[in-house]
Amino acid sequence: MEDCLLSFEDFGFQYNAQQKPTLYNISFSVKKGEKILIAGPSGCGKSTLVHCINGLIPFSYKGQMTGSLKIKGKETRDLSLFDLSKSVGTVLQDSDAQFVGLTVAEDIAFALENDCVATEMLKIRVPEVAKLVHIEDFLDHAPVELSGGQKQRVSLAGVLVDDVDILLFDEPLANLDPATGKQAIELIDEMQKKTGAAVIIVEHRLEDVLYKPVDRIILMGEGRIIADTTPDRLLSGGFLSENGIREPLYITALKYANVEITPLIKPSSIKSIKLSDEDKLKVRNWYMTAKAAEDKKLGGMLLKTDSVKFAYDNGHVALKGITVAVKEGEMLAIVGTNGAGKSTFSKVVCGFETQQEGKIFFKGEDIEGLSIKERADHIGYVMQNPNQMISKVMIADEVALGLRTRGVPEDIIREKVEKVLKVCGLWPFRNWPISALSFGQKKRVTIASILALDPEMIILDEPTAGQDYRHYTDIMEFLLKLNQSGITIVMITHDMHLMLEYADRAIVFSDGLIIADDTAAHILTDKETVDKASLKETSLYELALMCGIDDPGDYVKRFIDYEREVMR
Amino acid sequence: MKKFSVKTIVATGIGAALFFVLGRFVAIPSGIPNTNISIQYGVLAFIAAVFGPIAGVLAGLIGHFFIDFSFGWGVWWSWVIASAFFGFMMGFVASKMKIDEGQFGKKDILIFNAAQIVCHLVAWVVIAPVLDILIYQEPANKVFLQGLVGAGINIVATAVIGTLLCVAYAAAIPKKGSLKEEE
Amino acid sequence: MNNLFNYIDRPSPIHRLTGATKCVCLLLWSFAAMFTYDTRFLFILSVASFVLLKVSRIKWKDVSFMMVFTAAFLLMNNILVYLFSPHHGTEIYGTCTYLFGLTGKYAPTAEQLFYHLNYFLKYTATIPFILLFVCTTNPSEFAASLNKIGVKYSVAYSVALALRYIPDVQREYHDISQAQQARGIEMSKKATPLKRLKSAASILVPLILSSMDKIETVSNAMELRGFGKNKKRTWYMGRNFKPADIAAMAVCILLVAISYALNILNKSRFYNPFI
Repeated sequence: MEDCLLSFEDFGFQYNAQQKPTLYNISFSVKKGEKILIAGPSGCGKSTLVHCINGLIPFSYKGQMTGSLKIKGKETRDLSLFDLSKSVGTVLQDSDAQFVGLTVAEDIAFALENDCVATEMLKIRVPEVAKLVHIEDFLDHAPVELSGGQKQRVSLAGVLVDDVDILLFDEPLANLDPATGKQAIELIDEMQKKTGAAVIIVEHRLEDVLYKPVDRIILMGEGRIIADTTPDRLLSGGFLSENGIREPLYITALKYANVEITPLIKPSSIKSIKLSDEDKLKVRNWYMTAKAAEDKKLGGMLLKTDSVKFAYDNGHVALKGITVAVKEGEMLAIVGTNGAGKSTFSKVVCGFETQQEGKIFFKGEDIEGLSIKERADHIGYVMQNPNQMISKVMIADEVALGLRTRGVPEDIIREKVEKVLKVCGLWPFRNWPISALSFGQKKRVTIASILALDPEMIILDEPTAGQDYRHYTDIMEFLLKLNQSGITIVMITHDMHLMLEYADRAIVFSDGLIIADDTAAHILTDKETVDKASLKETSLYELALMCGIDDPGDYVKRFIDYEREVMR
Repeated sequence: MKKFSVKTIVATGIGAALFFVLGRFVAIPSGIPNTNISIQYGVLAFIAAVFGPIAGVLAGLIGHFFIDFSFGWGVWWSWVIASAFFGFMMGFVASKMKIDEGQFGKKDILIFNAAQIVCHLVAWVVIAPVLDILIYQEPANKVFLQGLVGAGINIVATAVIGTLLCVAYAAAIPKKGSLKEEE
Repeated sequence: MNNLFNYIDRPSPIHRLTGATKCVCLLLWSFAAMFTYDTRFLFILSVASFVLLKVSRIKWKDVSFMMVFTAAFLLMNNILVYLFSPHHGTEIYGTCTYLFGLTGKYAPTAEQLFYHLNYFLKYTATIPFILLFVCTTNPSEFAASLNKIGVKYSVAYSVALALRYIPDVQREYHDISQAQQARGIEMSKKATPLKRLKSAASILVPLILSSMDKIETVSNAMELRGFGKNKKRTWYMGRNFKPADIAAMAVCILLVAISYALNILNKSRFYNPFI
């Protein structure tokens, strides 16, 4: 077939260092102008598949290939990595790593420089491509001056300069805030229409990708293809949740209301879905019968800040007067765009930075004079990436580190470490090196090392970033358990699901100020706040409106309460 | 010897960035007045041991050059060359080691440390002062004493930091083995 | 936003020279100043560097920080030399003229003071020139320049990568060290040096392990975009030589030649007014 760009036939792959193959019997093809979503849980082999398509396998990672993989009719193993890069453009998940130039213009030019294109030509071509992805006003900017979304645009421009036939996106939504993620999906759609390239998106956040239509979804599990079909068909079956992929929230809500999902009602997007009057009545009836859970009982005031203001040395004012109150036993989410002040706020609370104005009280006492270390006895801080916190080889040593630096006697340390490891579900692995653990387990180790200091409150930066649904649930259920045991939890997050499902309350930062402080269900159904803070309305809101429910916020709350009730 | 691949080029660049940041902004007082511990040599020894002598020589050269450059006190070529020499020799000595395959045992620790002591001594007590005398006509007793103090501090720093980094990195490489969960 | 190059974009004849030219000139100028201790020549070079600094429209406040830093360094080195070798000048110039009627080991001699003057001039001859380079060269052009003057592009690119990742490494170091401080890791003067080193290691281990991951992804990203495909590559920031570039380099070559010639004429690296 002439327009078949990419075809796998009974393809398999096994890494040299591994006992078993990572991919089995992969067969599918991609035609010119098609848009395909590849979804699957962590460890299903989708990253390996990406490497096979862009040529890193077999050229950088060694292993055994079986079957056939053709790109534009040629077996990839007979080509070179450089030949392949002319056909397949890859946008990596980590746009910071892909940005190898000192400025935007140089980075876009990178591939052409390597092809020895004359400098005069570069000066013409680079602005053209920059314009295509709307980054033309930033040509002389350095990467530190750009937002995550802008860096991703530069990455995209950097592969578009080559007129590739296939655009491959590896988890494009992983590092973006919700509104920027939405723009990224729009941009991908736009680029496909403008260039006519085939698009392959690898992502496990199904609902967010389906914001713009895709032709097919390939669902993977344990190295095999489980389904290869249209979104409407896939969403009609029960495949997704069985395979560790979260189905769109409106689908779950419809299922609760006993609405039958078939391809005929076009369930692939909340925009396309056609509900009959009978279906809408079912949703309304469900809403009337579902009960809202009682409010959680909270303790006394734990942390209180009083118009805290902070500016960095370079003059950037990050906090313009932040007043918040956190009660004992709360589980709180802090949301907002990158640069809104969320992280700065947590740094000021932990004492990493000192506010210029305002006061911070912990249990009623002003903590201004306390050092970082002294504050850490009460307020623990867990970084987003566990690899940035772990400095010991063995789990027990890592957990004991904070106690040892505080001069606690060894026998008490042993006792405490044991207790904490049991709480965190790490006891079976106590004698393992940390490197043998999964990402989620490493996260637990970092949380355990903070818990060892018996803090009353823990602040977590993006606790579930980059995790699939199963790991996300794992981590969040664990945090919930901690919270129920009495530890106050503050989560800084971009994840709308997380904030809806787990936070008692959400505080929205925007440009150094707090613009909302309410339940997540209310915030995510308030258009003004959503737009201002670059959040994304939940699809449940649109569903509620569609079904004629007059208080969408209350509907969302009942949905979440019901889910907590039935799921646990 | 490891070949000069794209990975070596990147390791050189990021290694030089690490060398620069640690040497320029991280000051650990040594106890001797006006002398800081140069932890960057521990990192340089590690980069050289993993990525080979070319990455070592270039990361030392570029990193040290940038440090001198950013202070504005002129590029002190004699010391830049000594750093580059240290990076090169550490990469050369460690080229038989397999740290990137997860091996860094007792014997490797011994070789690594014996090598770093010798290399530091040659770099700071021979190369740097001799070049100082040749290029800048400085008095011999001053430059040799400076070199000796520098070598001593760098040896201690590399022994602690370099060794710990190699051990931690080797341990972080996944190995096939039989890890069992315990009750 | 780069801590290393202090590039100040103000149009001037020096800014218009290509990065490669400035790179060559910096090297030649340093060699010229390095070869000889001829006081007259060093004096001319010093005056010339300050004039060039003026021509490039660099202001005192742009470079005051570095100047002060250098002055302190220079002062300390001079004191050290004097302490260690108060008769270094006597050895070099072969005469011994005590001043102010004092004698003894640390008594000042005309030769020693003259040596210190030379030592001082050696700095003033080169440092303004380095500042000139730092302030008028766009860092983006640096790698392209190195490649142009004959450095292999793979090596030149690792210089560019170092410049690219310095801010990232710096931020990461900062973040990790804060989180580790919260766990009680201390590097202040309170702890013993060995303890401080161990503390440093617990920040460096995570930093290095994450840098190793970064090395892997960055090299994949570069290979996927064709880095290393050809024996040569072009540069977006590359520029061609103009007559002014050639002239500047010619002047610097001449300076090296003069410096060399002076060494022969003086029959020593020093200009000796004492004989």
